[in-house]
Amino acid sequence: MLRFLFRRLLVAIPTLFLVITVAFFMMRAAPGSPFVNERQLSPQIEQAVMARFGMDKPLHEQYVNYLAGVAKGDFGPSLKYRDKSVLDILKENYMVSLILGGVSILLASVVGMSLGVIAALRQNRIADYVTMGVAILGVCIPTFVTAPLLVLVFASKLQWLPTAGWNGGAVANLILPITVLALPQIAIISRLTRAGMIEVLRSNYIRTARAKGLPEHVIVRKHALRAAILPLVSYLGPAAAGLLTGSLVVEKIFNLPGLGKFFVISALQRDYTVVMGMVIVYALLILLLNLIADMIYAALDPRVRLS
Amino acid sequence: MIPGSPQRADLLQKAVKGRSLWDDARRRLLGNKAAVAGMVVLALMVLLAALGPFLVPFHYDTVTKADVWAAPGVGGHLLGADSLGRDLLARLIAGLGVSLLIGVVATSVSLLIGVLWGAIAGYVGGRVDEVMMRIVDTLYSLPFIFFVILLMVTFGRNIFLIFLAIGAVEWLTMSRIVRGQTLSLKQKEFVEAARAAGLSGRQIILKHIVPNLLGPVVVYVTLTIPAIIIAESFLSFLGLGVQPPMASLGTLIANGAQDMEIAPWLLIFPSLTMIITLMAFNFIGDGLRDALDPKDR
Repeated sequence: MLRFLFRRLLVAIPTLFLVITVAFFMMRAAPGSPFVNERQLSPQIEQAVMARFGMDKPLHEQYVNYLAGVAKGDFGPSLKYRDKSVLDILKENYMVSLILGGVSILLASVVGMSLGVIAALRQNRIADYVTMGVAILGVCIPTFVTAPLLVLVFASKLQWLPTAGWNGGAVANLILPITVLALPQIAIISRLTRAGMIEVLRSNYIRTARAKGLPEHVIVRKHALRAAILPLVSYLGPAAAGLLTGSLVVEKIFNLPGLGKFFVISALQRDYTVVMGMVIVYALLILLLNLIADMIYAALDPRVRLS
Repeated sequence: MIPGSPQRADLLQKAVKGRSLWDDARRRLLGNKAAVAGMVVLALMVLLAALGPFLVPFHYDTVTKADVWAAPGVGGHLLGADSLGRDLLARLIAGLGVSLLIGVVATSVSLLIGVLWGAIAGYVGGRVDEVMMRIVDTLYSLPFIFFVILLMVTFGRNIFLIFLAIGAVEWLTMSRIVRGQTLSLKQKEFVEAARAAGLSGRQIILKHIVPNLLGPVVVYVTLTIPAIIIAESFLSFLGLGVQPPMASLGTLIANGAQDMEIAPWLLIFPSLTMIITLMAFNFIGDGLRDALDPKDR
């Protein structure tokens, strides 16, 4: 187990290095500069600013310096926000994304799996058709459609919930954004669970369990579910990474101070260091969550050995 | 049995009339009500986008002061008008056309890159495969929006470059699917026969491997088009997509969301159009998957 973890982390380093390299040179190849404002800076001042951030050096030298910084855990200063380091900015914004993403993926997993199991057990009956019909709707309706529609109904017309804002993370402010984020995930998770469950329920070892006379709920919970959610485990890794780094649309519509919104603003303003910091966080999350997914996979499926 | 006897000719004819994989798939697809409904709806959508501009008495960009915020049915505007008095139906038809076009063009780009990349990696194998798939892994680990913003600022906000940008990002999954299929096809006898006949690697990939990849690729394409329509709308929503006065379903929904307190129809009709279009694609995709991959049912 430990050897597996160690090896996977070792393999992750070259991938991470490649990601940083590609992102760094792509950013710099794009036209524009972080120091172009409404006000035109005089050449001397621009020179001085560039020198302050070490951007007057040749590009390859900047790249080596940046890599050396990252290796030490220093992501550099923001080019746009005075006296703030990239880590400060990440720290200030990650809580919002973490709460939104974390709660919605948990909610989606619980609801989606329950619906999927119910649909599979009632295959080709009304409960199945209703659940899967709703799931198809959930897959087809993008968040930027559900979000304004829900705001229109629950905030503008019924006035049960606030239309937007973070408000220190008040529960009422979180209900709509989390619902919007969770709905498509519930749809996908329930479809995956249903497909997995139907396949597993046909397998020989389930027939054996039935022949032994085990009650149905024990068969479902102890025998079938474990194998049925395997495809779900591999799906959840990348999905969780996407949700945790913030969903741009939801953050924009509900005016929430999360990472996703910040990422777009920084990329448009060419705040190179902040964008690089977020790219690294995203890549790290994907690598980490895939690793966790593989470990859960191995724990659920005794045929898979971690080596 | 005597060679050349009538019985044998009869048998041969029967054998020739056997159903091919594609006949079988077509039969199954046409037996799937949801998929057929999806195809009909999609055909209607395409017709509407193509012929609609000639049927609606308004141009999508004509500003009419008298018709500002006209409700559906008022002033000849079947679906109402927006904050500038532009006819929503005309804009919806124009936007539908743009969204469908983006979906098809961007999918073609991703298809071309993804199939070639995956087929070459899978067929050549070894070191080349490892390097090519490591590149795919790396690009996978970068956020989608990162590419799009960079491509956008590099090439400007040209609608054709949006097609290319989205297509150039969406090929990754396609290349993975194709590589997996190629790895198994490579072991088949007909590829060995082609190699024995002295065909070059290029000829084998283009003439023997790629045509046999069609099944999974077709299924994935029908699922990629709606994904790309969503991606484009998502960009339009962030103000990075189609620029005014042009419209896409995404820009219409984004504008509708801003004005929904005053004129909810501006949000509701574009949203409905989007949902119906995406559902049609999804039904067709699910139907094709069932038809081409019977063991999955």
